[in-house]
Amino acid sequence: MSEYVIEMLNITKKFPGIIANDDITLQLKKGEIHALLGENGAGKSTLMSVLFGLYQPEAGEIKKDGEIVKINDPNDANRLNIGMVHQHFKLVEIFSVLDNIILGVEQTKNGFLQKKDARRKVMELSEKYGLQVDPDALIEDIGVGMQQRVEILKMLFRDNDILIFDEPTAVLTPQEIDELMQIMRNFAREGKSILFITHKLNEIMAVADRVTVLRKGKCIGTLDVADTDVDQLAEMMVGRKVNFSVDKAPSKPGEPALTVRNLMVGDKRHTKKKVNNVSFCVHKGEIVGIAGIDGNGQSELVYALTGLTKPESGVVYIGEHDITHNSIRERNDLGLSHIPEDRHKYGLVLDYTLAENLILKNYYTEEFQRHGFLRFDEMYRYSEELIRRFDIRSGQGSATVTRSMSGGNQQKAIVARELSLQPEVLIAVQPTRGLDVGAIEYIHKQIVAARDDRKAVLLVSLELDEVMSLSDRILVMYEGEIVAEVQGSSATAHELGLYMSGANRQAPMEVEA
Amino acid sequence: MRNRRNHTGLINGTASLISIALGLIFGFLLLLVFNASFAVSGFNNLMTTGFASSEKLAKVFYQSAPLLMTGLSVAFAFKTGLFNIGATGQYTLGAFFALMGVVQFRLPWWMGLILGMVGGALLGLIPGVCKALFNVNEVITSIMFNWIALFAVNLSINNMPLMLANAWGAINKDRTAALTSSKFMAYNPNATIPKAGLDKLLGSNYMNIGVFIAILVAVIIWIVMNRTTFGYELKACGYNRHASNYAGINAKRNIILSMTISGALAGIGGGLYYLSGTAQYTLVKSLLGMGFNGIPVALLASSNPIGTIFSALFVSYIQVGGDALQPEYSREIIDIIIAAIIYLSAFSLLMRGWIAKRLLRNQKDNTNMGDEAPAEPANEAESGVKAQ
Repeated sequence: MSEYVIEMLNITKKFPGIIANDDITLQLKKGEIHALLGENGAGKSTLMSVLFGLYQPEAGEIKKDGEIVKINDPNDANRLNIGMVHQHFKLVEIFSVLDNIILGVEQTKNGFLQKKDARRKVMELSEKYGLQVDPDALIEDIGVGMQQRVEILKMLFRDNDILIFDEPTAVLTPQEIDELMQIMRNFAREGKSILFITHKLNEIMAVADRVTVLRKGKCIGTLDVADTDVDQLAEMMVGRKVNFSVDKAPSKPGEPALTVRNLMVGDKRHTKKKVNNVSFCVHKGEIVGIAGIDGNGQSELVYALTGLTKPESGVVYIGEHDITHNSIRERNDLGLSHIPEDRHKYGLVLDYTLAENLILKNYYTEEFQRHGFLRFDEMYRYSEELIRRFDIRSGQGSATVTRSMSGGNQQKAIVARELSLQPEVLIAVQPTRGLDVGAIEYIHKQIVAARDDRKAVLLVSLELDEVMSLSDRILVMYEGEIVAEVQGSSATAHELGLYMSGANRQAPMEVEA
Repeated sequence: MRNRRNHTGLINGTASLISIALGLIFGFLLLLVFNASFAVSGFNNLMTTGFASSEKLAKVFYQSAPLLMTGLSVAFAFKTGLFNIGATGQYTLGAFFALMGVVQFRLPWWMGLILGMVGGALLGLIPGVCKALFNVNEVITSIMFNWIALFAVNLSINNMPLMLANAWGAINKDRTAALTSSKFMAYNPNATIPKAGLDKLLGSNYMNIGVFIAILVAVIIWIVMNRTTFGYELKACGYNRHASNYAGINAKRNIILSMTISGALAGIGGGLYYLSGTAQYTLVKSLLGMGFNGIPVALLASSNPIGTIFSALFVSYIQVGGDALQPEYSREIIDIIIAAIIYLSAFSLLMRGWIAKRLLRNQKDNTNMGDEAPAEPANEAESGVKAQ
């Protein structure tokens, strides 16, 4: 019997123009939580896809309990009791929780589904591991936290004992992250082995036993977490020293750049307002952060500010201009930039090339068109410049179809586009979502630089750390209302957490200016 | 950066050629099944008739003009993320408007074509408006408007005595006036599309400049789609309506415009065919195949306007070749065989994915650029139908 349950030995996987995995060895012990750390595009997902049978490696072998196995497709992986929670959940939206869990392994009798036993097993597992789910709820009606629990239950239902978590915390609130960590520890204690893919160093320090670091397709090393620290891991991952704290001088707020008064946004299904009487102001040269747990009206607020939806009432000003009823284009022309929350839905036309996406907001200006004809030379020149300045990496440069780019580089492209518009007001929603530390550091610097350049920045983020380290002022949203305003320098996570969860609130404030 | 475009073009072209070959093999099998003794000679006829004589070649050109327009109509809509299944209705209304122009108003042929364009545009506008403002699926609306157009046109023609053939000395009243009859020529000598000597060159009455007009339109559409900000907006809306909205593009306006233009293209096709002087619109109760044949023409060309020129010529060529299968094969069987060939040919979409995969696999690992793994291969599938 081998010491390792799964061994991936000298795996090499090539794609056109890229060696995604170059001679990588990863060994997973029974009952351990093994983190796989690396930047976007380092080859983590490819390696896991090899293990899961989605890709066949050019070289190397996989051993299970010391014996060589061949994994041709996810069914083989499942037979070897390997299960995976994907970063983007693989759930059928219009099916119930229970149906999703049994999908593919459902029991039938005379052609009819037999769900009774399955339901019992799901409920047992759910109770045993503290994975609260409503088996009859439809996936489209439940939050991402519960969706993730459904994904975990799917693995348990199939009696998997090698569990792969691909960036599981990206979509969770701080509380949910803590819960998940606890659940993972329980699994490990029971003898299940966990592969935990992440680029968040704190989570590795908190939960993992060992960590393997990948960089640019190569294996940099495997360490015991107890013997290392965040700085060393970051350096291994990025290849240089990383500065975590954001250096910024105190802000010198100027005139109001974005003013919101008594903004109300309704909800189609409920009488309750999504955004309820929100008033605030962002001045030139300051970063105002909006903290809050997902779903407390931040998205709707941003949609109303950027013109994607119409508010029920209230007024929005950019500088002196009342833009409440202006079109999106008019807002853009007045200097409003928007890094959207959902980069695939709003941020990019995925089937367009990188160059085409980089001019999505200004293709109609004199710079890029003449008499209605696009100026391709200008477009490519502009694109090459942004690629260089923002270090956007892709297979074929400007001509890369953005769909084939990694998430982090897609995000960089959006940030590059929006910052290059020289906005007066920048609304940045989750600007570093899914990015690695190197990129986060860079984008944070850019946002601070925009502030120092007398731009007004409204930062909306679910990552409390991000809000706290960047913001000059922090507003906390809870159930559509702004329940607190705190100075960025003096805020503590504990204090903000109480406001975010609705446990505490300040007296209703008057808006300044 | 130009390389990538060439690359895509190569893949699309090869895919279409392989599909065509598959379609032809299947067609040959059908010939064998229906009448084995004539299969070889029949297949030979099918493949060579179009080039066998200049007269047949003229017929290929003649039929390809309206096909090219309906194909362009469907391709244009595809490119902008819409499925215009109403090309046949727009084609019919376009034909009616064009004929009305030259018959009722004694307008010259080119005014007739413009009217045809207007007719098609009107019928494209309605599904566009329904889609943009009320989010009604354009497929449903345009299917219904196919029938509305057909019967409205039949009704109108029946109530316009001048339009019918019997007003001009012919006996039948189930079809429109023959524009080349001597009586009609005296009434409106400019009603038919000029032949510019091409009829003499190819020795066929069918030949006129229609196919060149259609090719010109295809080139214009290609330029609009690939070189202008308008095309950039339309394609952006087609690929991702949300992102277009976010970028300040008026997606609703673009959906309406896109359907209208698509309809206009089909309308021109109707004009091109029925102003040739060699075709008469017949009052029947079934939708015209010319509109539906635009769909395989567009698919075969991967919705590329320039590709549409060639796929329209191919489909037309096969149809002319099919006519030569008589009398060994009955009319219906010929239709089945042609349909099967066209149908398989339109599989180029499937082929494309397959070839792209093969090409990727065989490509050498030139490590000139980037160190990225391709993200989420699973997402590739969803873009399949949108027809690049």
